[in-house]
Amino acid sequence: MPLDAQQSAIEMRGVNKWFGDFHVLKNIDLTVATGERVVICGPSGSGKSTVVRCINRLERHQKGSIHVHGAEVTDRPEDLGGDVGMVFQQFNLFPHLTVLQNLTLGPMKSRGLSRTEAEARARLYLERVRIPEQADKRPTHLSGGQQQRVAIARSLCMEPKVMLFDEPTSALDPEMISEVLDVMVELAEEGMTMIVVTHEMGFARKVADQMVFMDAGEIVETGPPAEFFAAPKSQRCQTFLSQILSH
Amino acid sequence: MRLFLAFAALMALTGCSSSTTWGWYVINPWTPSGWVNIKFLIGGMGSTILISLIAAFLSIVLGLLVALPGLSARWPLRLINRVYVEFVRAIPLLPMLFWVFYGLPIIFKSMGLNIPIDPFWGAIITLAISDSAFTAEIYRAGIQSIAKGQTEAAQTVGLNYIQTMRYVILPQAIRRILPPLANQFIYIVKMSAFASVIGMQELTRRANELVVTEYRPLEIYTLLILEYLVLVLIISAGVRWLERKMGSDERG
Repeated sequence: MPLDAQQSAIEMRGVNKWFGDFHVLKNIDLTVATGERVVICGPSGSGKSTVVRCINRLERHQKGSIHVHGAEVTDRPEDLGGDVGMVFQQFNLFPHLTVLQNLTLGPMKSRGLSRTEAEARARLYLERVRIPEQADKRPTHLSGGQQQRVAIARSLCMEPKVMLFDEPTSALDPEMISEVLDVMVELAEEGMTMIVVTHEMGFARKVADQMVFMDAGEIVETGPPAEFFAAPKSQRCQTFLSQILSH
Repeated sequence: MRLFLAFAALMALTGCSSSTTWGWYVINPWTPSGWVNIKFLIGGMGSTILISLIAAFLSIVLGLLVALPGLSARWPLRLINRVYVEFVRAIPLLPMLFWVFYGLPIIFKSMGLNIPIDPFWGAIITLAISDSAFTAEIYRAGIQSIAKGQTEAAQTVGLNYIQTMRYVILPQAIRRILPPLANQFIYIVKMSAFASVIGMQELTRRANELVVTEYRPLEIYTLLILEYLVLVLIISAGVRWLERKMGSDERG
């Protein structure tokens, strides 16, 4: 284990991954300090979702190492035990359970909380994402923005050390994007370690400590947002930014 | 009710005929001997239902145990599933019944085990194994129809494989699994007739025995078919009720 893996929340060293012959991740090195907010952007197919999915073991890498708070991630995703929270583009709420049950399932089955404890915690986090009144509804009866906020609350109920967001607003109608981003900004201000894959550059400017630009499976450029947006060094990054910021 | 009327009409019609071809008297409930015969025939109903229910239960459990390795990412586990399904599905029921009833006790004996297999359990084991290949495929299709994101979300809140199946995947898949499983139950009820050849006193065996003494195959086998028909119609109604009940417990 590298020595500095002790201090950092996430430590990726020389991570490579192939889907068959397709080389999706090429020598990814990424260090995220505890409490740091990293925003990953890049064209579609650049491997940014795969990076996030490797960190919580939804995908396996074939070469290199990934440490989360000093512990190397293994082949079994549940070994992370909910320490790495994940918010998906498609929400992935459990449709057969109520909102409250969605939030209590993990804490009760994986953390061993009693129903009373789990429900108290669930209501607390529903309060924080500002939808306490929806606790007894089915997810399908909520709007997209509300569903995504439930998904964030579901992850928070596990009290994770790190939160990963995989394009959390890409499946939302435009008028619902800000309600989700507001919750994420709050979370960032409270000091949560976050990796966010997104095209929301306004959000990135506001909360990111570090910007990461990926293209064709490589990390092309990293830097603090001020520099990153004002003077991108690589041609590929300049092109990408001009495309997404032009309108 | 309509069925009974049709049956009564058929009896009345053929009863009018003076031809010696017909002999509905053997199962005429209004004569003492006919009533005794009917009671004897319907007396096999309990065994048919019991065999089918136990076999169906075992098949549902066994089918799930066979289906799960088939969904694994590891190929040796998938291979186990494929071999089991292809092998069991290929064996006709009657030879398998003979093998289990006459052959299996010899294997047990060679292993020093004294496990007798009576017709009752011989029929149940055969039906359960034979059916499990089909229930396994039904489970597999049902589970695969649940989006992958559900498994991923369950993993990210710390659920292990068994918890993910138990609390997330199976409760959603059950609505898609239940109708084809019910069809399989109907298949088991019908196939349980084969138990008659190893001496199990169920509906078909009783009919065969009565035919031997009464020489009235047409009438007795007609009643036999109607017995199965009634049984299957009742199951179908039960399944539809269950589906409605689960359907109202909606899913988006």
